[in-house]
Amino acid sequence: MGSTSSTLAKIPNAEDLMQETGFTPAHLVRLYDRFKVLDKDKKGFLTPQDFVAIKELAMNPICDRIIGAFFTSGGETLDFPSFVRILAHFRPIDKNRPKEPTSPDPINSRSNKLKFAFQLYDQDKDGKISRHELLQVLRAMLEKQVTEEQLESIADRTIQEADLDRDDAISFEEFRKSLEKVNIDHKMSIRFLR
Amino acid sequence: ERTLPVVDLAARLFSLSSAARQAPADLSATGQPGHALARSAEDHEDGGASHHGGGYKIVQWEWSYVQTPYIIAIWLLVASVAKILFHFSQRFTTVVPESCVLILLGLVLGAVVLIANKKQLYQLDPGLFFLFLLPTIVGDAGYFMPSRLFFDNLGAILMYAVVGTLWNAFCTGFCLYGVKLAGVIDDKVQAGLMEFLLFGALISAVDPVAVLAVFEEVHVNEMLFIIVFGESLLNDAVTVVLYKVYISFVEVGPGNVQTADYFKGVASFLVVSIGGTMVGLIFAVILAFITRFTKKVRIIEPLFIFLLVYLAYLTAELFSLSAILSMTFCGIGCNKYVEANISQKSRTTVKYTMKTLASIAETIIFIFLGISAVDKSKWAWDTGLIACTLIFIFVFRAMGVVGQTWILNKFRLVPLEKIDQVVMSYGGLRGAVAFALVVLLDGEQVKAKDYFVATTIVVVFFTVMFQGLTIKPLVKWLKVPRSTNRKPTINEEIHERAFDHILAAIEDIAGLNGYHHWRDKWEQFDKNYLSKLLLRKSVYHKSELWEAYQKINIRDAISVIDQGGNILTSARLSLPSMASRTSFPEVTNVTNYLRENGSGVCLDLQVIDTNPGAKVEEETETHHVLAGNLYKPRRRYQSHYSRHFMTVGDQERQEREVFQRNMRNRLESFKSTHYKRHKKDRSQKKRKGSDAKEQDANDKPRRNVSWQDKDPIIVPLESEENKGERSEPDKDEDVGITFVARKGSETPKERPKSVPAALEVCQSPSVAPPSPTCGEKNLPWKGGIGTLPPCVSVEATKIIPIDLQQAWNQSISSLESLASPPVPQEPQHPRVSALYRLSGPPRPPPPPPPVPGQFQFPGGKEEEEESALSQQQQEMQPLMPSLRPPPPPPSGAVPPGRRRNPCVYLRSLVTTPPSGSEPHSRGPTQL
Repeated sequence: MGSTSSTLAKIPNAEDLMQETGFTPAHLVRLYDRFKVLDKDKKGFLTPQDFVAIKELAMNPICDRIIGAFFTSGGETLDFPSFVRILAHFRPIDKNRPKEPTSPDPINSRSNKLKFAFQLYDQDKDGKISRHELLQVLRAMLEKQVTEEQLESIADRTIQEADLDRDDAISFEEFRKSLEKVNIDHKMSIRFLR
Repeated sequence: ERTLPVVDLAARLFSLSSAARQAPADLSATGQPGHALARSAEDHEDGGASHHGGGYKIVQWEWSYVQTPYIIAIWLLVASVAKILFHFSQRFTTVVPESCVLILLGLVLGAVVLIANKKQLYQLDPGLFFLFLLPTIVGDAGYFMPSRLFFDNLGAILMYAVVGTLWNAFCTGFCLYGVKLAGVIDDKVQAGLMEFLLFGALISAVDPVAVLAVFEEVHVNEMLFIIVFGESLLNDAVTVVLYKVYISFVEVGPGNVQTADYFKGVASFLVVSIGGTMVGLIFAVILAFITRFTKKVRIIEPLFIFLLVYLAYLTAELFSLSAILSMTFCGIGCNKYVEANISQKSRTTVKYTMKTLASIAETIIFIFLGISAVDKSKWAWDTGLIACTLIFIFVFRAMGVVGQTWILNKFRLVPLEKIDQVVMSYGGLRGAVAFALVVLLDGEQVKAKDYFVATTIVVVFFTVMFQGLTIKPLVKWLKVPRSTNRKPTINEEIHERAFDHILAAIEDIAGLNGYHHWRDKWEQFDKNYLSKLLLRKSVYHKSELWEAYQKINIRDAISVIDQGGNILTSARLSLPSMASRTSFPEVTNVTNYLRENGSGVCLDLQVIDTNPGAKVEEETETHHVLAGNLYKPRRRYQSHYSRHFMTVGDQERQEREVFQRNMRNRLESFKSTHYKRHKKDRSQKKRKGSDAKEQDANDKPRRNVSWQDKDPIIVPLESEENKGERSEPDKDEDVGITFVARKGSETPKERPKSVPAALEVCQSPSVAPPSPTCGEKNLPWKGGIGTLPPCVSVEATKIIPIDLQQAWNQSISSLESLASPPVPQEPQHPRVSALYRLSGPPRPPPPPPPVPGQFQFPGGKEEEEESALSQQQQEMQPLMPSLRPPPPPPSGAVPPGRRRNPCVYLRSLVTTPPSGSEPHSRGPTQL
């Protein structure tokens, strides 16, 4: 794997990143290549525009939300480590990997996966999905297929269903509970190619 | 002529092979009634000539005229009745899969026929099997295949179906040949390498019918099921091709096979499998397109589906492509569009018809398998061959699964665990396909056909009977994750959709053209082109999520109705909640409550709250509203409830006493109205709660039982709660709804907890009961509602059981006659008594022992009911003190006398008698 190691050498803090995210060197190199492809101007970081430029992504109904999730810190730039860290959310959970008690929660843990999804809804970052926020996402996902009224009834019902404390919003805890029976590990994981 | 008419029928049927072969045509002739008619007309001519020779007869014996359809009908009847009989014994059917019993039945029937005729006249006819029986099963499987799951696991399925089947076929064939060379197999078995390979090919394929029959009963998790079942469907192409290739090789003779022929074999495989798939998909498109235009001919919508799916099968068969593949993919492909296009009624029709046909076909297949096995002239036994075959197919199946899984797990997101592999290996059931194929062999060319037939029969019997019998315990023992029959909630629907989008986006960003990427692409394509072409305009604009939402709503509403009894009731119930919804968007949803555990909510509050105008609302609207309000997690209630409970002050305690008294009264009244069945159910349920062994209770019909139980008891608590802690009427309403909907069977576990609370409530001080209304009238929410009668009626509608219908009507009329002033306490009394009197007669006689305490954990059995009740009471008493310091003497202490609070009394009258008592104990607990 001469090529791998040579490329790996170019990646800053590769070891730490692998340690943190659980990606293998091959993964990391591959993602680094991808990063460079996305970074058309060779600026060393990505901007939302770079994401928008991805053709396939444009068709995604909630692409702006997802792009936004990459720039959570509010900045307009995304360096490679952050890029990898976010993608690491979607690594399948490896059961064989010994869990080190020292490391708190791996990035790809169930709750971190859920958090990622949660923040797509929670645009104002108040820790709750309000009815309004839910409506926005629903509207995006359903496009013009339903009337506003239908949309609202779906949203109402969704909130009713998940809302445990009757504050007319879904907190992360409630969000987690509503998806308790869903196998998040399966549904929020991607097999990263080697 | 013969002693056994049935046997006679059977013998006649089967002696005419043509008749037998045609027989199923009528069966499957859902689409071709004309065909069947034509044939029976022919029969008529044939038979008529011989019969009408003599003079005029008043009664004629037209046997030959009706023979074929008659026998078919008789067979179906026998098979269906057999199914009924099996299911009489619950314990038996949980242990023994139906397929086993059917085979046994077939053996018996076959023996009868054999004895009657001296020789077996019939065995499973390949033509009948492949043209009629198999398609019904495959069509059902394909059409209702969970496509998402199927395509999620398509890689694994294809791998097992193609590689696995090839591996099994070759290994089994070669090893049998080797064993034969080694002399283990008798010399009488005249078979060379080609014959053994041929035999290996037909014996190695996992059989969809057997797998379906067994796995549907085992309830393994969906992934495992879809992999094994998908494999069994898709390996058909491999089997068919191998079979045909080998047959042709055998025909030309092994020496004349040229290298090119092997390549032709491979090409043939590709053509057969891909061609079959294409035919299926083409028919799927045609079918979906046709259903776009069936709006005016709704009545024959289902017919199109059956016809085209069946035509897909026949067309593939016509070109000797893989018919199973064709039909499977036709079903999978068209399902989405067809289901969207056709009406709800058509959907139901299709579903039931397909299931019926598949079920009956499966039954016939297994019965005939049994029958065929009886005919000894058809087969020849060789122990060596049979033993070796059994060993080889099992060993190679296991090796194949382990090896392929090892490879697959490198690529799978969700690895297949060891236990999955064990189940997959063990679930490799052989069945009727193998049998039909082996019977189809030409005895002239395959000298060892009889030996192969015998071996196949043994293998099929062994896998279906032995493995089918043991797989369930095995699955239990290995703790294979079972499937849950849970329907997704709206939250899950939405979020999982979002997950799909997220994953697709992430794959795009990460530059991986993975599964989600392609699925996303496919969905785009589907949306932009396919759906536009194949869906009605009206449907195209509907969103799947909206559909899902509506489905969930309807499901909830149905479950509410199921448990609450009648539509009017539930509709009315929903009304109050509707009002509440506007102010408090987070109304409970009933279903969850029902499912998760019993709710402590009280219906009565709602009743009080109801305003008459609401009742008038249209059913549809209410229904909708109801649905909208469904689904509330119970947790909230519990916490609320307990919180309130704990914080009750002294003053409130007094009020509680009143409530308790009310409850007690109600209980008594309940007793009087008690009626046996209810009681029984209830007691059983309770028993379950208290003692885990009694799990049978789950099976009990929960129709009237659970919801009714609660209501009287709960009311007091709730109202108390309201008074003391909150003044919001809306919440109460929610509660009320919940109560109605609650499912009895699920609740039991919670019960023990609830007991203490209930006891507390129930126990009323010896003090004369203050009129119930005093507490009630103070309630803030109650203010608006003046008249009691409306309330009563609402509740009554809800609760009233059929038996009480008459009583109910009487009471209603009496109520009306008594113009009711607003609820004041005193006026109610007379009314109540009047009601009571009226309703009295229709009711079943009150159970002998008065049951003060309603907690009837113990009474599991009917006979013990009464005693159980009292026992329970006693049991409960000790509990009470521990939980609650101040409780007055348990309800048992209260005199059973008929003192009633008017309100309570009314309610009790209205409500189903038995249920009334129970709820008390439960209500508090759950909250």
